[in-house]
Amino acid sequence: MSKHQLDPNKWVDRYSDYLYNFTITRVNDREVAKDLVQDTFFASLKSMKNFKGEASERTWLISILKRKIIDHYRKINSKKGKAEIRMDFKTEDDNDSNWLEERVADHQYKTAEDTLVNEELGEAIYNCLAKLPEKQATVFRMKTIEGLETETICNELGITASNLWVIIHRARIAMAECMEKNWFK
Amino acid sequence: MKNKSFLFISCEEAKHICDKAQYNEASFWEKFKLNLRYIWCHITRTYVNRNKKLTKTVKSSKITCLKNSEKQQLKEVFQEELENQHQ
Repeated sequence: MSKHQLDPNKWVDRYSDYLYNFTITRVNDREVAKDLVQDTFFASLKSMKNFKGEASERTWLISILKRKIIDHYRKINSKKGKAEIRMDFKTEDDNDSNWLEERVADHQYKTAEDTLVNEELGEAIYNCLAKLPEKQATVFRMKTIEGLETETICNELGITASNLWVIIHRARIAMAECMEKNWFK
Repeated sequence: MKNKSFLFISCEEAKHICDKAQYNEASFWEKFKLNLRYIWCHITRTYVNRNKKLTKTVKSSKITCLKNSEKQQLKEVFQEELENQHQ
C-alpha cells in the first residue's frame, strides 16, 4: 500500500493558501495566481490515477502547479516575443525548458538563499496554521496575513469584536508555540 | 484602590492589549499601562516577547493568501468539478 493518500475534498482548505503563496511570488499577479491554483486543482483531479503515493499530497500538487506556471510563461513568451523575456539570461546555450524551470524555481528579484528561507518560513507558518481549529485559522489569516480591519472580519464572520480578540489570542498562543517548535528551535 | 486600578492592569488585560498592539489597535494609554506591567511581571514579559516575535516572523515571511470570498468561490467551483468527476 502506498504511503500517501489523496483526499481532494480537503485540498482547497488545506493547500489553496500555500499554493497561492507559491504562485504569487512567481507571477506577481493576483488574478493569474488564482487561476493557476484553480487550474492546478482541476488538473490534479484528472491525474489522480497517476499518483503513486511516493510523495506527499502537497508535494504532488506543487509539482503540477510548477508545470502550470511554466505553461503560463510559455503562453506569455509566445505572445510577447522571446527576446523581451529572455533578456535576463546571459548564457546562450540555455534551452527554452531550462529557462522556464529556472524562472519557476527562483524569483528573479531575490537571491536563491532569500527565496529558500522565505519559502521554508512560509511553509512553516502554513503548517502551523493548518493545525489550528478552522475558526482560529480563518480569523488569524484574515487579521494577520490579509491585514483586514476588526470590523470587516466581525461583519464577514458574524462575530463580536470581543469574540474576535479571544479567538486571536488563542490562535496567537498556538501559532507561537508551534513556530517555536518548528522554526525557532 | 481606585488609583491602583487606574495604573495597574491584570495579566489577562495586559495580554489583550499586547494582542491589539500587534495590529496597531492599542491606544497610547493602553500601551503605557502594558509597559508598566512589562517592567515587573515576568509572565507579561514572556508573552509580549513571544507575541512580538510571532508578528515579526509573519511579517518577514511576506506570505499572502486568498481572500475568504475567493477561497469560498474556489471551493464551490472545485466541489462542482469533484461531483462531475464522481458522476
